[in-house]
Order: sequence, then structure tokens, then C-alpha cells
Amino acid sequence: MLIMRATDEAYASFEDVAMEEMLETMGRFNEEMIAAGVLVAAEGLDDAADGVVVDYSSQPPVVTDGPYGETKELFGGYWILDVASKEEAVEWAKRAPGAVPGVKTEIRRVTSIDEFPQDNEWIQRERAWREATGQL
Amino acid sequence: MAGGDRAAVTGGTGRTARPADARDAIVAVWRIESARIVGALARSTGDFALAEDLAQEALAQALVTWPRDGVPANPAGWLMTVARRRAIDTFRRRVALDERYAALAHDVGQGGAASGAPPDPADTTGTGELLSDPDRIDDDVLALVFIACHPVLSPEARVALTLRVIGGLTSDEIARAFLVPTATVQARITRAKKTLSAAQVRFEVPPPGERRQRLGSVLSVVYVIFTEGSTATSGDDLIRLDLAGEAVRLARIIAHLVPDEPEAHGLLALLELTAARFAARTGPDGEPVLLADQDRRRWDRGAIRRGRAALAQAGRVGRGLGAYGLQAAIAECHAVAPSVEATDWDRIVVLYEALGRLAPSPVVELNGAVALSMAKGPAAALPIVDELAGTDALATSHLLPSVRGELLARLGRPDEAREEFALAVARCGNERERGLLERKIDALAR
Repeated sequence: MLIMRATDEAYASFEDVAMEEMLETMGRFNEEMIAAGVLVAAEGLDDAADGVVVDYSSQPPVVTDGPYGETKELFGGYWILDVASKEEAVEWAKRAPGAVPGVKTEIRRVTSIDEFPQDNEWIQRERAWREATGQL
Repeated sequence: MAGGDRAAVTGGTGRTARPADARDAIVAVWRIESARIVGALARSTGDFALAEDLAQEALAQALVTWPRDGVPANPAGWLMTVARRRAIDTFRRRVALDERYAALAHDVGQGGAASGAPPDPADTTGTGELLSDPDRIDDDVLALVFIACHPVLSPEARVALTLRVIGGLTSDEIARAFLVPTATVQARITRAKKTLSAAQVRFEVPPPGERRQRLGSVLSVVYVIFTEGSTATSGDDLIRLDLAGEAVRLARIIAHLVPDEPEAHGLLALLELTAARFAARTGPDGEPVLLADQDRRRWDRGAIRRGRAALAQAGRVGRGLGAYGLQAAIAECHAVAPSVEATDWDRIVVLYEALGRLAPSPVVELNGAVALSMAKGPAAALPIVDELAGTDALATSHLLPSVRGELLARLGRPDEAREEFALAVARCGNERERGLLERKIDALAR
């Protein structure tokens, strides 16, 4: 999974970019991964200002509107790729649009349910849910 | 991934990466860029064999330079520039200052990035200007797919060339996948390029009249790669490249390039739906688990979802399903069934009949008979199998006697069933499958 992360300042700088241009650069990047047969899934997240944060530092948890005050970086979205190696994921990440200071892409392997104890009841339930809904 | 296990992102202009990291990065870049680079070079030189040589030389140059200087910010542009410079050297040596040379010189004049010099940091697209028009890239890659799978080539050569130029695999990787020496793969590729040059095969997408037939050759190459990967024995799995995964990727690339061809989607659907069962097809000790006995919860739901979407796409294109599409539709019947008993066997029988009309073969007939035995009972299927046994079509295959044995056992004729299973054991080359058949004989003895 390629996870887009950026600082507030970086997100603010994107506001100057025309929507059409943004769609085109992102579209081109996605298209390139589709053409290469590696893109499996992707989602983008809406503005963090419209989100809510539930903080468990105290009990009961504190619920605040908008982004977390101390957070340096906010998640913007993700791509799930089907690639042969970590290096290949890195090479795709290097091609991602919006590569300006303050923006990062974190690369993480998505675990498979096969890696968990198969005799665990909850794993079995999760399998059933995946089966019923066609989850990845 | 454990919290402490972080991927170190190497490279960046001017930063020195460890040699091993740089090598891995080059291999990864090559998998992404190979098809586009060879395609663009083949178009601009009009010579596929030369383009492949140039691309390989650029790759060799990268393997020397990048570990020392770091991975350039625009690796594709760097590789392209090196390859084009070499092309010009080649043309110069040939003293062939023709139009092609003139065109190349013009491109380099505009391209800027010199070998070794840092590429323009403002170029954030990650590709050189020759590699920036998606439609043209698609045409080049499609022409590349057709030439790599050209009918003048031997089947082994088509497989090797496709994996090398479209898949972007190194000769080492291909050799490891097929358990042959690297020199054998290199010789195959060299011979293939000579064959294409001798036959004066043009680098182009075939004209509409030939296109469908040529696409058949392309799809069968991908199918062969998948089959090779899916029959890999478990002991080799760790060192063998994931050929089946590679074939799925190739099928996705091709379906994207020819969206109006139902069979391209049909093949992709078949591969996704078949690969979805991989995790369930072997037991804890690596023994094969038949479809009927597989733990269906272990099937890959994501792959099933993608396979079904591809199959729906094949149907949407119209013109009916082809042989791959029909096999995919059969695989889909299994994929959506909660159990063997709850499988829509009637539909599978119909699909096998359609497949038998389109691509008649004894194996299809035999599989159709198995489906019929599930839909209507073993008595309905036995005459078909007997008739097949009367011909010499499957005379050396263990499948025929093992199906016949299965039907006889279900009909309550254990002595004859045992004989058939014994014949199947004698014909079966795979130790694990033999074990399965022997257990059936033992079960009948009790």
C-alpha cells in the first residue's frame, strides 16, 4: 500500500493548483499503473478539516472536529499495488504526483488473512465476511 | 509489517546508495520501464532487434553507474537517453545518415539529459519527452507485444522474449523461472531476434485482417507462462519467480491495450479466477488438494472479484465468449459456489458443451463428462468416458483412467474402479498425485 502523507502547508499549496490540472496529473499516474497491470485499488480522502478525531489519551476519549492539532502529517489517500518486490513499490511511489517538500509516501505491505492463526474464531469470522463481500 | 521493519528508500540524485540496494532498484525500474523504452526505441529506429540490444546496453550501463552515483531522479529518461546515444553511435558507425538518424539527433537535441549528467529536476513526470504521450506509448507497447509473440518464433522464444521485453525480467530471472541456464535464455533471445530480422518482421500493430489471429498467439503465450507458473512444485516455490503472477500482470497489460477484444478480458478473468484458488490447492505438506476438497474460505476473494469483473467486461464487449472466456465462466461457477454440492453443475455442463464446439479436445470432453456426472449422475457420464477410452486420444494420460475409476466407484463397481486407478497410478508422473490415487485404491479395498 502506498499511503500519501503531507503536512498542512503542503496541502495548502495544492489549493493553488487548478482542479483540472490536479485530476490530470493524478489521472496520468493512475493510468500508468493500470497500463502496467499493477494497480489493484485506490481511494482518496476528503479534506481533513471535515473529519473528526477521537483521542484516547483520556477517558472518556476526547472527540474533536477537524485535524488533530499536533499532527505533523495527514493521510490523503492510498493506492494498493500488486508488485513483485518492495523496490518496485518504491519506484512507483517515486512517480507519484504532488512531489513537493512536506509530502511523503509511506509504503507498507498489506497483510493477508492467511498469515493469522486459522483456528482463531475471529479470523474465521473475518474470512466469512471477506468471502461474503468480496473484500481484498 | 512489524513496526521496526521500515523500508529504506534509496536513491535520489547525488546520494550514494549501497550497491545491492541500487541493483534492486534498477531491476524494479526495469520492470516498470522496459516495455516503454524498447517500444519507443523500436519505433524510432524501426528495428526491434536493434532496439532490444540498445535497451539492454542502457540497462548494463545503469548497473555500472547507478550503484556508484545513485539512481537518477528520472530513471526512464536516463535509460532512454543512453540508449538513443548508443543508437546514434551505431548509425554513425554504419555511416547511415538517413532520416532515422536525423530524427534521433533532433530528439536528443531537445531531450537535454546527457549520459551521467543529472536530468532536469523540473521534469517530475518521471519520463522523458519521448515517453510522455500515453496513446503513443500504448501503440508502441502493443506492437512490442505482437512482435514478441510473432508466429515465426518458436513457442519457447515467444515466452522468453515476452517476459524480457514486456515483463521487464532479466535473463537470469527468466532462467531461474524455467530452471534452465541463463546462457540458454540468452541464446533463445538472440536467435529470436535473428529470426525476426531474417523474416523482415515489421515493428507494427498488425492490420485489422490479421489482428485477431495474431492476438490468439499473444494470449496463448501468456496462458503458457501462467500454466508453467501454476504447475511449479512447492519445493521450488521459494526460488522460482512468481511466473503465474507475472502472467496475470501481462494479461492485465494486454486487456488494457485491446479493450475491445473479449478474449483478452476472458484470459485475464480465467487467470485471476484460477490464481484465486492457489492458496487452497495444496495441503500443509504440499500434497495436492482437489477442487472438491479445497477449503473454499482460503480462496482469494480479491482475485475472484477482479476475475468476475474481467469476465463481465468480456461479455459486455459482445461477440460472445471465446475459449478463454468460457473457461473463465466455468471457473466463476466454482468461485461463487459455497460447496461442491451447491455448484451450478447444469450451467457448467452447458459451458463445457460450448467450449467443446469452439475448441474441441479430449480433455474438454473429459472435463465435460465429469461435470455431467455431477449434474446428472455417474451413469450419464460413463458412456462418454468409455467412448474416449476407445480412442487413443488420451492413451498416455492418467486423467482418463482416474475419472473412469471415480465414476465406476460411484456406480458401486469397486473392482473395475481399482483397476482404473491402478492404470492411472502407472501413467502418472507426479509423485504427489500418485499418492492421491493410491489412497483411493486403499479406500476401495476396505
